[in-house]
Amino acid sequence: MPTDERQLLLDERAFARTLHRMALDILRQNPDPDRLVLIGIQRRGVELAARLASLLAQETGAQVPRGALDITLYRDDFEVIGPRPLVGPTHLPVKLEGREAWIVDDVLYSGRTVRAALDELADFGRPGRIGLAVLVDRGGRELPIQADVVGERVPTAGGDRVEVFVRELDGRDAVEVVRAGRAAP
Amino acid sequence: MSGALGKDLLGLEHLSADQIRLLLDTAEPFKEISERAIKKVPVLRGKTIVNLFFEASTRTRISFEFAEKRLSADTVNVSTSGSSVVKGETLVDTARNLEAMRIDMVVMRHGSSGAAKFLADRIESTVINAGDGKHEHPTQGLLDLLTIRDHRPIAGTKVCIVGDVLHSRVARSNIWGLLKLGAEVAVCGPQSLLPLGIESLGVHVFRRVEEAIAWADVLNVLRLQLERMQAGYIPSLREYYRHFGVTVERLEKAPRDLLILHPGPMNRGVEIDSRVADGPHSVILNQVTNGVAVRMAVLYLLAGGNPELAEAAKGGSDR
Repeated sequence: MPTDERQLLLDERAFARTLHRMALDILRQNPDPDRLVLIGIQRRGVELAARLASLLAQETGAQVPRGALDITLYRDDFEVIGPRPLVGPTHLPVKLEGREAWIVDDVLYSGRTVRAALDELADFGRPGRIGLAVLVDRGGRELPIQADVVGERVPTAGGDRVEVFVRELDGRDAVEVVRAGRAAP
Repeated sequence: MSGALGKDLLGLEHLSADQIRLLLDTAEPFKEISERAIKKVPVLRGKTIVNLFFEASTRTRISFEFAEKRLSADTVNVSTSGSSVVKGETLVDTARNLEAMRIDMVVMRHGSSGAAKFLADRIESTVINAGDGKHEHPTQGLLDLLTIRDHRPIAGTKVCIVGDVLHSRVARSNIWGLLKLGAEVAVCGPQSLLPLGIESLGVHVFRRVEEAIAWADVLNVLRLQLERMQAGYIPSLREYYRHFGVTVERLEKAPRDLLILHPGPMNRGVEIDSRVADGPHSVILNQVTNGVAVRMAVLYLLAGGNPELAEAAKGGSDR
């Protein structure tokens, strides 16, 4: 019987440390916090963007505006999977023109979510620059898309899952990798 | 085509409470799209939708058309005047010819009750009922539910439908939808304009509008079609207004503030007082705004995935 194997990638402290490093990395690439806007992808990207915004406020004293993006209606697999029943809200608090917009998501995998997010952002305006910050890059890209800020890289196989838990939704901060079980030889 | 709703949307009578809730919940995020500078998302790109209107309609047809365009579908409008319908072509032949041009959905308004089901049984494309005779007008029912839900929970709310219930598809769709979501429903109107035995649907009947106003949290005021007077259902419009008009004076006597809905187009000074229609408790324009969002939700949920493509793409998931 193949069984799934669960590995802890980031515990609570490593999670906090990683986010802090990501915030500093964003600042290094965009020294002017007043031009920043963080846009989280529903759902966990929104929580991560909120965390990064408060870290940036600690570092610089600047209140960085945050938005939320639901990319459901921009997915490229509607023909394949049919409608996803519940579409989350999209909310962008400021005009994007001239801003340094950072897309924030929990896991970067195929790149298709980011492709959809770029399309959706283009309908809202023309930021001066768009960056991509992800907590985990698990490899396996299907599109030529790379992140500018990565919290943790972990190579994975197709059947594996990367699960991100955040305190606001799940009661704890952690990242776990579930390795798909392989049948014994 | 398949999904949470099945192939077609013909009415609310045969939907479950969960399906109706799913439609309303799906409409919520679509409200925001109409507030954007670029009011368009690509989700129905490449889908072709025909709006087939055998009866005059401004609001419903335009609302469907906005919903379709904001989802990036390609749309064609067919109205009876100026089409081969006036040359005697049957409904099924018209629809089959459209289908031969490879369409995905038909939105139909028709004067005969049951026309939407008749068509849905005979073509492969998705059929959305935009009003069939005196039967149902499901998207109007849904937008009324959404508008009420914006202000108060539907379960337990007392809704009275006032006016020509006999000829009203809006009334029927409202009654089904409201009852399924746990509202208390009543109707009020002249006896000649209430269907016999309507109590059997589980609705209260008020003969006097004052009693309805004393009872209700919400009034849904129906349009009095002016032809009804010629047909002898009511003696005169003035008399109708005197007995059943929803006026400020009558509403002032109510024990609570009533939410006022009207499906439009309004006859000011017949079924509704202008001061009520434009008053603080009128949500008539909110209904129009919600209509686009509800129709976007209907189109979105009915446009299904393609099982062959799903098989081919297996394994290439996003996460």
